[in-house]
Parts: sequence; C-alpha cells; structure tokens
Amino acid sequence: MSTTAAVSRDHPAIYHKVGSLRAERRWALWTAYASLIFAAIIMLAPPVYMFLTSIKTSADIADTSGSPWVVHHPTLENYRELLSSPMFLGFFWNSVKVTVCVVVVSMVISVLAAFALARMRFWGSQWLATGVFLTYLVPDTLLFIPLYQIVGSLGLLNSAWGLVLVYPTLTVPFCTWIMIGYFASIPKELDEAALIDGANWMQMLLKIFIPVALPGIIAATIFAFTVSWAAFVYPTAFITTPSEMPLTIGVVSQLIRGDTFAWGQLMAGALLAALPPVVVYVFLMDYYIAGLTAGATKG
Amino acid sequence: MAQVSIRKVVKAYEGGVQAVKGIDLEIADHEFVVLVGPSGCGKSTTLRMIAGLEEITSGEIAIGGKVVNDIPPRDRDIAMVFQNYALYPHMTVFENMAFGLTLRKIAKDEIRRRVENAARILDITPLLDRKPKALSGGQRQRVAMGRAIVRDPKVFLFDEPLSNLDAKLRVQMRTEIKKVHQTVKTTTVYVTHDQVEAMTLADRVVVMNHGVIEQVGPPQELYHRPATRFVAGFIGSPAMNFIPARVENGSGALRLNLPNGIVLPVPPDRTSRYSAAAGKEVLFGIRPEHLTEPKNLDRPNIATFELTPEVIEPMGMETLVHLWIQGAEVCSRIDPTTPAEPGRPLQVAADLNHMHLIDPQSGRVL
Repeated sequence: MSTTAAVSRDHPAIYHKVGSLRAERRWALWTAYASLIFAAIIMLAPPVYMFLTSIKTSADIADTSGSPWVVHHPTLENYRELLSSPMFLGFFWNSVKVTVCVVVVSMVISVLAAFALARMRFWGSQWLATGVFLTYLVPDTLLFIPLYQIVGSLGLLNSAWGLVLVYPTLTVPFCTWIMIGYFASIPKELDEAALIDGANWMQMLLKIFIPVALPGIIAATIFAFTVSWAAFVYPTAFITTPSEMPLTIGVVSQLIRGDTFAWGQLMAGALLAALPPVVVYVFLMDYYIAGLTAGATKG
Repeated sequence: MAQVSIRKVVKAYEGGVQAVKGIDLEIADHEFVVLVGPSGCGKSTTLRMIAGLEEITSGEIAIGGKVVNDIPPRDRDIAMVFQNYALYPHMTVFENMAFGLTLRKIAKDEIRRRVENAARILDITPLLDRKPKALSGGQRQRVAMGRAIVRDPKVFLFDEPLSNLDAKLRVQMRTEIKKVHQTVKTTTVYVTHDQVEAMTLADRVVVMNHGVIEQVGPPQELYHRPATRFVAGFIGSPAMNFIPARVENGSGALRLNLPNGIVLPVPPDRTSRYSAAAGKEVLFGIRPEHLTEPKNLDRPNIATFELTPEVIEPMGMETLVHLWIQGAEVCSRIDPTTPAEPGRPLQVAADLNHMHLIDPQSGRVL
C-alpha cells in the first residue's frame, strides 16, 4: 500500500516535468522554423528575382507599373540568345578551362603539402602549417596589385593561363588546411601498418591516405572549384580581352554597354553561371560537410 | 623464423627522458616472449624499436643475426598487430591481408593461396569480401592477425592486441593467439599490461618497470620465485601481500616479528638464506592462496594466527577476505564454504614454505 501511495504521490511531479520539457521543445522548434523560414526568404529572394527577370521580355522589365514579382509574358528568349551567342559560350569555355586546371593544380599541390605537413615530422612543419593557413587570410583585393606585376612580367596578362597561375594562391592554402585536418584524423597506426607491410611514402599516400581521405579531398575540390568558378577580382584586373574572359566578368562587361543594361540576359547569364556550383553542391554536400568537420570531431 | 637480440638498447627522447634504459634480451627462434609492465615502463617503445617505428638511441637490435638498427621497417621482415587493429578501412578483408604481399610483387595465385590458408587458420573465410566496418571487434582482430600471418615473417610483434576487446572475447582471442603460435611457430614478441595475458601466453615473461627489465623467466618461475618486490607484486592476482616485519635471531632459529604481536618461525631450510637479515627490517611477502584457513594446510611450517576481516568478497569458487594489519592491507583466499563475516575474528594459517622476504631498501627478494 505504501509503495502505491508513494508512486501516486510522485506522478504529478513527473508529468509536470515531462509537460514542461515538451513545451520547451515545441517552443524551440517553432523558433527554429521561424528563423529558418526567415533566413530562407532572405537567401532565396535574389535568385528568385533573377529568375523572374530572366524570363521577362524587355518590355515587361521596363514596365514599372505593376509588381516586379509578376511575370506577364514569360519567355525563354534571353536564354536562347545567350546560348546561341559564340561570345557567351566562349566565356563558359574559358571558365571551364581555367577551373579544371586550377582544381587539378590546387589538389596536387595541397594533397602533397598536407601529407608532408601532417605526417612527415620535420623541423618547422608546425610553423609551416600555420603559415600556410595565414596566407589564406590575406585578401585578394590586396594581392592583385603585386600579382598584376608578376603576371605582367611573365607576359600572361590578358590570358586565361594567367588566371590558372594566380587562382591557386587563393585555393592552395585553404585546401591544404582542410587536408591537414583530414590527414591528421587518420590513425597513426595506419601508416605504421603500411610501413611494415612494405609501403614507401608515395605508396602510402596513393594507396592508403588518398582513398581513406576521399571525403576531405572532395571537400577541398569543391572549395577550389567554387573559388575558381566565382573569382571576380583577379579576372577584372588581369583580363580585358573578351575572348579570354571567364563567365563572371564576361557577362558583366559585355552585357552592360555604357548605361544600357541588358537586364534579362544579365540575369539569365548569372543564373547559368551559378548552375554548375549548385549542381556540384547538391550532389556532394555530405562529403563537403564530412570533409570540413573531420579535423574538428575526430581525435 | 629467427631469434631476436636486444643489446644495451637505450631510447632517449628530446629533453633527456629515457624510456628504455639499456636493456638486454635474447629471444630464441620460435619463442613466444611477452613484455609486461605498467604504463610507461618502456615495453611498447621496445617493441616499436624492434619494428623500426622508433629510432634506437644507442645499443643494437638484431633479427636473425643481422643488426637492423638502420634498416627500415619494410625490410626487417616482421609483421605487427596493433591495439586498434589498423585495418585499411577502404579495402576488403582479402585486400587488407593481401596488401603487404601485393607491395612485394608476389604472384597473384600465391597471394590467394596464402590469404585463403591464413583465413582458414583464423576461421575468417566467410568474411574475406567484407570491409572492416562490417566486422565485430574480435573479427577485426583476427583479420589483423591474418595480415601478419600471410606475410610469413621472421617475427610477429603484438602491441596490446586484446586491449580493445571485452573481457569474454579477450579470453577467447588469447586462446586463439596461442593456438596460432602453436601452428605457425613464428618467433613472437607480445606487449601487454595484463599479467594474466602474459602468464597464459608466454614461454618467457619479461617484466619491465621504469625502462629496465626487472626479471625474465618462464611464467611459473616469475610467480614462485620473483626476483624483486615489483615482480612479486605485479605477477599474480590478487597481488602478493607485503607486511613489514623484523627478522629476529633466537637460539639458532630465525623468527619474524610482525605487527599485531604475530611471531612466525622461519622454516629451518631457509635459515641460512635469511641469516644475513637477522636484526633487520624486511617486508614479509605471501600470496593470498598461502594465507588461508588452517584446514586447507596440513604440512610443516604452517603458522596460525587470528585476524579480523574487514571486507569479504565471495568469488564463487573461492572467497577473498581483506584484513588490515597495522595499515597494511592483507588479502586471504579461503574456501567459499568457510563462514566469514566482517568484524568476526578469523583463524588464518600462513604457509611459510611459500614465504618471501624482501629488502625494503633495494626491493630485492632475499
């Protein structure tokens, strides 16, 4: 009897506690959803507005009487014109060419550098690793002046190859840093087992580290791709010939003539330019997050 | 297969800290030697120096008669099993086991034959196509052993291979390791901090402490004839009891004066051995199984006295009784049927045929 009495006496307290936890959780969820919806609206408004503008006719765009969010006569004319323009396709090809080269160069350098810094203990390796990251903190708006001189002295101004030379100054430090974190999370015994199994340093890198660190490598590749694809300051400074321009500056410089803005084509061009990174992120998002957080969560 | 010689080997780190202080050890061909000791005693460092994963500060290590100080791990013809298994996570069990052979450019047919043979020995044939993440801890440990076996190396090195397993699996894998050694007979150096593992597996046990070897010998010798207080206390569970005592000489016979007024006669056959200690303070050492109830001991040189238990631990097949003699905790092993309870005086008998006397200054067993 006494046990029953004790239990029933405790019940109200327990239920009260559970109830308060539920209320707290519900409140937290509501706040989270509200914040997320607000953030999503802020983030998505520009691309949605770009898309709406890109499917408007010039007359629709010029008509300021109604709501700018309403499309009266949707058209794909802007896209058709861009995609049939040899100049736009030239920009696209330049971006692809530069980005592929930059990604390959950056990954080769940063994987080798990170492997050496993370695993081959040598004098000053710690300082060097910190130094690599510090260089990433120097903004490109500061670097482009000295780099202009260097690129100029090499005769690569106005050449897409000049960009292949300078973009790695932005991508290599960060990619190396991501890869150092990832390699550091791989247990030391794995290299020791490989050493005893008969591997040399290069075999260890190619057969053990690269396959095991694939999420990190994908994360670094995405980063290098994004930086290279979206770069604006360097091409603006180094490229003035339209045939060598990448998408980012090509669209802006060729579709704005004086004070005439071809808004429809500008928006269509910007959206087409943004498409490849979006596709890459959608498919490789999980790897990207795993790669970026590897150093932080594993011992 | 080969013998391993360790001669005056020192390992010093930056700042002068010595992890291994000039040890000598000869390991015979086919022998199973276990290095045992507490954390930081230098046992793993010694193993890693044999493997070539740590540089040797001074001294030399020879495998099969060849000094290997400057030979990289891959050319030492050794195989190592790590505590965390160190399996390559992106490879299947087969690929893990074949990796070392592939790097050595051994023919594919031969690789397959060796891997399948090792898999049969370790009973992991059905797992060959799985990745390590799909294996349990015990299975991973088998694969790690398989990776060592396929190489058919001169020496197997084990670095605390069972520490990550639960207690039951550890006992099972211990038997497995012993069975594998009996089959392949490869010279083995095995590091553990667990003295039970050391006792059960080893042909010879090497007890290390503070970077030096305290004693080397077969398990039974270490158990019954420890050379130092450290070995006496480290080998055996529950540990040997140490009680401060004074050796007194009285009319041709020696006796030990213990706290609580307990006086124990030294067996006549040990009188000459301990005569130099007469009049000195010593530590009286006796194992729990030699401090039991009188009915279990019916032979000469038994001394009976009364003590009061403070804690009783029934273990099933035996009962451990913890008693205190002036600050020294003493453990006695008694029959589970003997009634014992805390606070009620208990008659205990010490089997002095198995006593040890230790010099408290040097820590040597007299």
